[in-house]
Amino acid sequence: MNVPTMAELAAQGKQPEVLFWVGCAGSFDDRAKKITKAFVKILNKAEVSFAVLGTEEGCTGDPAKRAGNEFLFQMQAMTNIEVLNAYEIKKIVTTCPHCFNTIKNEYPQLGGNYEVMHHTQFLKSLLKEGKIKIEGGTYKGKRITFHDPCYLGRGNGIYEAPRDLIQKLEVELVEMNRSKRNGLCCGAGGAQMFKEPEKGNKDINIERTEEALEVKPEIIATGCPFCNTMMTDGIKNKEKEKDVDVLDIAELIANAEDL
Amino acid sequence: MKNIKKLIRNIKLGKSVDRTDNSNLRLKNMINIALGQSKMVRRPIAGILHITVYVGFIIINIEVLEIIIDGLFGTHRVLSFLGGFYGFLISSFEVLALLVLLSVIIFWIRRMILRIPRFWNKEMKGFPKNDALYILYFEMILMVLFLVMNATDSSFQQANSGNLISQFIAPWFKNLNPDLLHGIERVAWWLHIIGILIFLNYLYYSKHLHILLAFPNTYYANLNPLGKFNNLQSVTEEVKMMLDPNADPFANPPENTDETENDTMPEKFGAEDIFDLNWVQLMNAYTCTECGRCTSVCPANITGKELSPRAIMMKTRDRVEEVGKNIDKNGKFENDGKSLFDYISHEELWACTTCNACVAECPVDIDPLSIIMSMRQYLVMEKSAASQELNMMMTNIENNAAPWQYNQLDRLNWKDEN
Repeated sequence: MNVPTMAELAAQGKQPEVLFWVGCAGSFDDRAKKITKAFVKILNKAEVSFAVLGTEEGCTGDPAKRAGNEFLFQMQAMTNIEVLNAYEIKKIVTTCPHCFNTIKNEYPQLGGNYEVMHHTQFLKSLLKEGKIKIEGGTYKGKRITFHDPCYLGRGNGIYEAPRDLIQKLEVELVEMNRSKRNGLCCGAGGAQMFKEPEKGNKDINIERTEEALEVKPEIIATGCPFCNTMMTDGIKNKEKEKDVDVLDIAELIANAEDL
Repeated sequence: MKNIKKLIRNIKLGKSVDRTDNSNLRLKNMINIALGQSKMVRRPIAGILHITVYVGFIIINIEVLEIIIDGLFGTHRVLSFLGGFYGFLISSFEVLALLVLLSVIIFWIRRMILRIPRFWNKEMKGFPKNDALYILYFEMILMVLFLVMNATDSSFQQANSGNLISQFIAPWFKNLNPDLLHGIERVAWWLHIIGILIFLNYLYYSKHLHILLAFPNTYYANLNPLGKFNNLQSVTEEVKMMLDPNADPFANPPENTDETENDTMPEKFGAEDIFDLNWVQLMNAYTCTECGRCTSVCPANITGKELSPRAIMMKTRDRVEEVGKNIDKNGKFENDGKSLFDYISHEELWACTTCNACVAECPVDIDPLSIIMSMRQYLVMEKSAASQELNMMMTNIENNAAPWQYNQLDRLNWKDEN
């Protein structure tokens, strides 16, 4: 796996086409690291000129902001913007819809202006340019449902890119009762990921998992490391982990190509 | 009129916020969403019924114009000189009146017999529940009065033009003597116009303000992508100073500032009370018609949590009203020792996943999430009142730039793991 850092490239006087913003989950969470690696494998295969910030990357501040700590958010944002601007970054791709939303929408006002893409949008553009090809492979004919991450879907109106990619896998894409604009949250957003839920009669990820299971999928596809965790936990709770896989779209594509 | 003034004064208790940009798009949104009801029909049954009542409400008001002219000048059906066109007009009013009547009855059935859950959440007790029913009864009565008025107007029935619906009601009255018939017509006429006047005055106290406020509310709504949350400018200034190596941390606040223009009290972060919200947030509260679509899609509410986005709007309005009454009584606001937190609990605020389902769902572009966020900001930045777990997450971000306790220097370790 070839993962150049910005520092290395800068030392060689090179500038990559795109920065891959890995995010905290993608860097540290065991499950999410697999998504990161799957995406890098695709980037390598497509010979995309990219780099990561590595140890110079820090939390975008999304969970702090949504917990109400605007101070901490802006501290993080300004620190990151300083690094990004020092490397003269123009284009960013990320596998996390929260990082995507924050950098795309909330950094410009603080001096960080970049073209920001979610990895599903980026993969779709690679496909269009003919840099990657997606074929069914191992997933051909499987029944797949896609869970819309709030900050990708409702937050930024991106519903089609992930679905277009899934359909390229020659699978049967089935929609849950609540999907796209009506999609139900997995329960992780707004800093809920880092706290116990308030008291109620059910956890949100269980509600969403039940809804996914209603359409009898073999795979629940996601485009967010946090949704992935929540849905995976839900599937475990329902003791369905033998029947249903929870996979990121990057993983689906990398696996289908046997990367 | 006095109430409208009060309403505007109350909304202006909120902080200023600039929503004057992009007026073309704003106008387009207002025409589509408020006038064109585009978000209502996302739920087709309620949406189409609502459009019927809405169109009926607007068009039948043309007839009210005639009723008023007749009343003022003692004329009888002053517009009837329009001849066949008049007949067509009145016929369409009658058809609409019947459709409105049917729609309102179906609304009542949905609410009271089918008991659609969003009408029975716990915030829908007492006045909010009755308010909805009063309006339905009111509309039923007004429509019946309109049809009875036409049916008992013998000269109108004899002309046999425009009585498309009322001709079928007229036979019910045919055995009455003409004086009594005329009396009924007069009574229906009077009750109809008095009813409308009462309705207009009731509006201010009711959720039904949405028929007016839906227009400014959709015009001044947030145009950004829903995922984009506002960055607090006051925080930006402080953070810039903190990150500036040349700034003197012990510097005195800049002197010789004109105190009348420049309040020396630092601005409060987030919202403790309605004064800390902006006027659009307060207008949102007055616009809410408590339909509960937001609450019915809220993941927290669906799973039995305390949070209901509708209740956030209702409670905000209750508090604005309380502050308004305080001002009416004292001339200006006297501290009553209360705040918005006496209405909205921490538990409600912390149940939100910021998923924006409520915001996307609202047929008139109300944003309950922005109030939740403003109040969270107050809790965290002014009161340090986040839970232990959230504080841990924030400490981690501060210390090692990740919400978990991992060393920033290990951020690239995944590259070499298998």
